[in-house]
Amino acid sequence: MSLKWAIADGWTVTGRDLAHWARQPFNVVVNLAFPVMVLLMFGYLFGGSIVVPGGGDYREFLLPGMFGLAMAFGVEATFTSISTDVQQGVTDRFRSMPMAPSAVVVGRGVADMLNSAAGLVVLVACGLAMGWRWHNGLAAAFAAFGLLLLLRFALIWLGMYLGLVLRRPEAVMALQILIWPIGFLSNVFVSPEGMPAWLATLAELNPLSATVSAARELFGNPGWGGDSWLAQHSILLALLWPAVLIGIFFPLSVRRYRRLD
Amino acid sequence: MIRAEKITKRYKDVQALDGFDLDVSRGTVCGLLGPNGAGKTTAVKILTTLTRRDSGTAAVAGYDVSTHPQQVKANIGLVGQHAALDEILGARQNLVMFGRLYHLGSAAAARRADELLEQFELADAGTRQVSSFSGGMRRRLDLAASLILAPPVLFLDEPTTGLDPRGRNEVWQAIRALARGGTTVLLTTQYLEEADQLAGMIALIDAGRVVAQGTPSQLKARLGGDRVEVVVRHADDLAKAAGLLRASEVDEDNRRISAPVSDGVAALIQAAQAFRDSGIEVEDIGVRRPTLDEVFLSLTGKGNA
Repeated sequence: MSLKWAIADGWTVTGRDLAHWARQPFNVVVNLAFPVMVLLMFGYLFGGSIVVPGGGDYREFLLPGMFGLAMAFGVEATFTSISTDVQQGVTDRFRSMPMAPSAVVVGRGVADMLNSAAGLVVLVACGLAMGWRWHNGLAAAFAAFGLLLLLRFALIWLGMYLGLVLRRPEAVMALQILIWPIGFLSNVFVSPEGMPAWLATLAELNPLSATVSAARELFGNPGWGGDSWLAQHSILLALLWPAVLIGIFFPLSVRRYRRLD
Repeated sequence: MIRAEKITKRYKDVQALDGFDLDVSRGTVCGLLGPNGAGKTTAVKILTTLTRRDSGTAAVAGYDVSTHPQQVKANIGLVGQHAALDEILGARQNLVMFGRLYHLGSAAAARRADELLEQFELADAGTRQVSSFSGGMRRRLDLAASLILAPPVLFLDEPTTGLDPRGRNEVWQAIRALARGGTTVLLTTQYLEEADQLAGMIALIDAGRVVAQGTPSQLKARLGGDRVEVVVRHADDLAKAAGLLRASEVDEDNRRISAPVSDGVAALIQAAQAFRDSGIEVEDIGVRRPTLDEVFLSLTGKGNA
């Protein structure tokens, strides 16, 4: 199987998702609008009562958190498409065809990255409209966007693995619910300093927190400070965590995909 | 075209296949008939390279499924238990996408999609979203998608499960047309009638192995063919009636007797005559054809639950 076919087949699978967007414009709008709604809720409804440690502007603090949360919630999209394909037998059809075996995985990954990048663009536009800015120049800002997309990329493999392993509808439901506390147990909306110590440690350990802290630092937005080793090395962790996730879940998903039965 | 020898496959605590042998020659429609859990789907998955076997050998279209999976895939079509289609895309979009994944190139994929839509009478529904399709239409599109390369070997795993009688007939017609065109077909089913309608050769599978194999008429002959079944009005007449009919089974509780016969209708008339002549009152009398239950009972010693 030549590389040419691997690329062509992967692109065909990605094209399938793009065709979904064209077929279901309403879904696209809802998916893009949902994080905007959460952003507005926290920015204007709750934000007034949340104090940023060190006294920065809450919306400046919030925006990088929302970017990170949108990346984290993307895991659900990956998971759902993979498990739907497995359940409907589409995955088995792909596997029974003489196409490049990597195409399903690569195609899905590219489609999800495009989807998340579009979501990020919308959130950035909203943020700019709300007065959020990056303060350390374009290069640092793009480094921050890169870290955010790196987190999303790592979560593709987690989503893929879960989608291949969890088949029952209850499991799908459970994941959709669980993603909320996991997303909130972080530094996205508030400073972990206000949490009980053990919870704060968990929040700091959350890979999402590392990416969000690093993004705040690179954008020059107010962070929550924090004097733990974890809080001091957020950029390193924002690189390390995704690497760990990819290191674990990439081989697991590939293995699982090959041995589906 | 399809050859399986001594295949075994174990899932955690279930021995799905246990010495599965099958040989289907070119141009044959083979019905793999058995109850739920007999191993039909596992056999199809191994022969279509989706699942690895634990031991044994399997070859399709002359290629070993484990050493040459890509060649096997290029020579087969698979229709699984669920219509494996993208529900959001249109019918034509589905066929074009699969065509491209079969490496047809975009113009050829589009041409082939139109041909198949025409062939399966779906041309009018080409742009409609698959989620709006009836069960029969979905199955036909599914079948069309597996025929993009016009493969010499086609696997159909319970192709009519969940269809209404009309949808089932549509699918049967499509399969017959393929068989006439010389495609080798392996079809799994739980229904004797379906195997009878479509298959030139039937392999009965139970507990992971083929327990009997032959043409539909050969298998029915092994069962003793038709039976005449009689329910007498008075229990006192039971013994006499059983003697007249040369009954092989007597059910005293239900006053029911039955006997294997070679020509069902002639035997029925003869029996009715004999009962009237000897003054035995009959509550019910009829010819019964062998059912899948009986096939299993006779060949495996257990029912088809």
